[in-house]
Amino acid sequence: MYPILVLSVTGLVTLFLGFLKSKKILLPASLLFVAIAFLSNFIDWNAPGLYFYDMLEASNLSVVFSSIILLSAFLVMALSKGFLDEEHAQPAEYFAILQFSLVGAIMMTNFQNLIMLFVGVEILSVSMYILTGSDKRNLRGNEAALKYFLMGSFATGIMLFGMAMLYGANYTFNISDARILLLQPVTDVRPVFLYVGVTFLLIGLLFKVSAAPFHFWTPDVYEGAPTIFTTFMSTVVKTAGFAAIYRILEVSFSPMYNFWWVMVVTMAILSLFISNITAVSQNSFKRMLAFSSISHAGYMLLSVVGLNNKSGDSIVFYSFAYALATISAFGVLMVVSKDRLVDGRPNENIAVLNGLSKKSPFLAAVLAISMLSLAGIPLTAGFWGKFYVFADAASRGHIWVLVLAIMMSAVGIYYYFKPIIAAYMKEGEGENIQLSSFYKIILGFTTLGSILLGLFPDLVRELL
Amino acid sequence: MLALTLILIPLIGSLVLLLLKGSSVGSSKNTALVASLATLAVAIYAFTTFSTQTTIGVKYSWMKDLNINFHVSIDGISLLLVLLTAFLVPLIITSTFKHTYKNHASFYALILLAETALMGVFMARDIFLFYFFYEAALIPVYFIAAIWGGKDAPRITFKMFVYTIFGSLFMLVALVYLYMKGASAEIDQLAVTAKLLSPNAQNLLFWAFFIAFAIKMPVLPFHTWQPDAYSESPTPATMLLSGLLSKMGVYGLIRIMLPLAPVGVANWGQFGMVLSIIGLIYGSIIAIQQNNIKRLIAYSSFAHMGLMAAGVLSGNINGIQGALLQMVAHGVNAVGLFFIVKIIYDRTGTRDLTTLGGITQKTPALSIYFMIIMLGSVALPLTNGFVGEFLLLKGVYDKNAWLGGFAGLTIILGAVYMLRLMQRSMVGESNDVTAKFKDVSGSEIAVLLPIAAVVLVMGLFPNVFLKITEPAVNSILQLMK
Repeated sequence: MYPILVLSVTGLVTLFLGFLKSKKILLPASLLFVAIAFLSNFIDWNAPGLYFYDMLEASNLSVVFSSIILLSAFLVMALSKGFLDEEHAQPAEYFAILQFSLVGAIMMTNFQNLIMLFVGVEILSVSMYILTGSDKRNLRGNEAALKYFLMGSFATGIMLFGMAMLYGANYTFNISDARILLLQPVTDVRPVFLYVGVTFLLIGLLFKVSAAPFHFWTPDVYEGAPTIFTTFMSTVVKTAGFAAIYRILEVSFSPMYNFWWVMVVTMAILSLFISNITAVSQNSFKRMLAFSSISHAGYMLLSVVGLNNKSGDSIVFYSFAYALATISAFGVLMVVSKDRLVDGRPNENIAVLNGLSKKSPFLAAVLAISMLSLAGIPLTAGFWGKFYVFADAASRGHIWVLVLAIMMSAVGIYYYFKPIIAAYMKEGEGENIQLSSFYKIILGFTTLGSILLGLFPDLVRELL
Repeated sequence: MLALTLILIPLIGSLVLLLLKGSSVGSSKNTALVASLATLAVAIYAFTTFSTQTTIGVKYSWMKDLNINFHVSIDGISLLLVLLTAFLVPLIITSTFKHTYKNHASFYALILLAETALMGVFMARDIFLFYFFYEAALIPVYFIAAIWGGKDAPRITFKMFVYTIFGSLFMLVALVYLYMKGASAEIDQLAVTAKLLSPNAQNLLFWAFFIAFAIKMPVLPFHTWQPDAYSESPTPATMLLSGLLSKMGVYGLIRIMLPLAPVGVANWGQFGMVLSIIGLIYGSIIAIQQNNIKRLIAYSSFAHMGLMAAGVLSGNINGIQGALLQMVAHGVNAVGLFFIVKIIYDRTGTRDLTTLGGITQKTPALSIYFMIIMLGSVALPLTNGFVGEFLLLKGVYDKNAWLGGFAGLTIILGAVYMLRLMQRSMVGESNDVTAKFKDVSGSEIAVLLPIAAVVLVMGLFPNVFLKITEPAVNSILQLMK
């Protein structure tokens, strides 16, 4: 809960820092602010309670979700060194917006009232619309921002509509009170708009985590946005979105499991099928990772499908593993594609990775481990992430879902290996890549994290 | 502690290699050889001090909430395969001494990593740990095959990788299922779990594990990755694949599937045996027609694995003991044969049987080594192949006489393709291709001599090995009842 306060203030401070002549201070200052927010997060550790007139609830689970969000944001910001140098960049505004968006993301992890959920989603989404279009001279970026905005606002509208119906059915926005109402026996049937409300609310949230069939914006937006914000989107927004989905379904609507599980399982399977099959034929690394992001939404939904008292832990682990691997992958892409321009834009095809193992063995290793982790190969964090969500799905007896998901992970291996093959087995042109030690530390951290969590998943599981 | 040492020595060796990346080729080779020989020394020490009464093992808690332990231990079956691994890896490393591979440090580090994982597979006593090492063994071999392989290697080895990972995903489903049933992850407790499972569940578990292991071995119809992968990979990777990795499949059948799904084996085992034996005959017939000697041995390998699978599925003492002995014999012979193919290819630049001939005239030594290993491979009495194959055939025959009859064809067909290989390459007049064939060198003898010695020693004293494994096999058979 405290990060919300910290980041609201520091976001404003960052805006004012923009008046200074030297823009050099902005990055270290923003990193410091996020670090302070990260530390302040732990004031709530083992001190659960309701705040602000029952609007927010602090719990250990929400603290862990916020920590993952803040840590991912910290790592992404640390990688953003490059865009400060561009002449049209407005770093103060971007760093401020990033911090504001984190306020929204953290609200989504600990809301107690549907109003706060809506406010959180809106803060996060509006920030993302702006950041997607932040490269103003890039036509595709502009297109992506507009697309994202139109479809996103439509989804938010549906979500708000759903919330209104839920109020009509339950006479409350408080999610715990709604649960108490749902548990009470009723003499006649429940109002129809309760069911419509839950459906609409879920549609809005599933749009944010880009689950199929609400995924159409994802590839274009991921490709059009500057890579740094794509990374932010696929880690922070996804984690926050799943924290919200899990929270609303677990706290409020778990008595209605028999109603919504059919919908969630359909979307999980659709996400897995559409994304994995489409990703196979992608040539652009960024688009491939966009489809991979959809598929990981599908895997995380499996945990929701098998909702039990461990599902939250599984989603935490999965989000963390996914965030680490994604930041590594995009980090490598940013470094490699920076100086390889095609039509004035960074070349983001998989072919740009050709021969990377000769040009920079370090980056090639980072890339390989992140891809192995995304593919869910044992010894990496991604494997245990998959294992936990599969175990959740199996706990409710959905073995056939599991078999489908496993077949799709086999398809996943196919495309996750394309970058590895490009990096290690193809000959590439270009000079050796010099990497600043700063990048080395960040990418080394994410890679080491992927391996350590793969060997000792208890490091995170024991916390919960 | 001994068990842990066997895993740690190659692991440390590979880390040292990766850290000393800039050093010379010679030091990379020596580091790798020293690490693998140290592992062999420990394995031999374990062999000499082994007794069936005491178990050598360690157990650490690994994942508390899943109740998964890092539990490794050595019993008779493990010891046999640990010895095989420890014996073959130094030979595989020595076999590369004539070559200078680019990125040599990574190359040897990957071989040692594969050895680490193989040791882990053969000693793991926790089903998750087993799965972990089982997957981990593939990754270094995949990279060796893909990076240092031929022009087509990335495509072909990738097929192998996807195929085998796909198989192991079935195993993963089975593991998740067992975990949800609240079963213990201890391999020694699997038989207890089996009693709680319905026959239907056991049938499904049989298929999940059978497909996973059948792809690895491989057994018909899951073999299509194998001939290409064996022939396109660089020889060290082929040796690792055929000599050691394929054995993980047979080992898994014995160690996990038999105790876990005895009812499944009773229901479907015969079907699996039919598949294996069709594969055996099919592989042998293709081997007879091959002119590419590397592919020929790849298909003969496929045929041999089929007989081992059938022996294990027969579920009696002869079949399993035969499979264990044959795993060692085939591992040793396959490494020897692939090495001879490499020697021929290095000297003549061809693997085409129709262009070879008369090598004996140029180098009688090579042809003697070849002769010994080949006789082991065709299971002549007094060589290592004989006892294993005899026991396997007896096991299959006891289960089903018809299948035993068809399996017996392996003796004839095996002799046909191996003798054809011998005749076309070694015997006869030397021609343009083989005219300048050089005699075997020191490092080549260092590989061939131990292999030839083992072929004969195992043929003369098979009881040494059978005695180690017998109690462990008996206890598995007891558990199946």
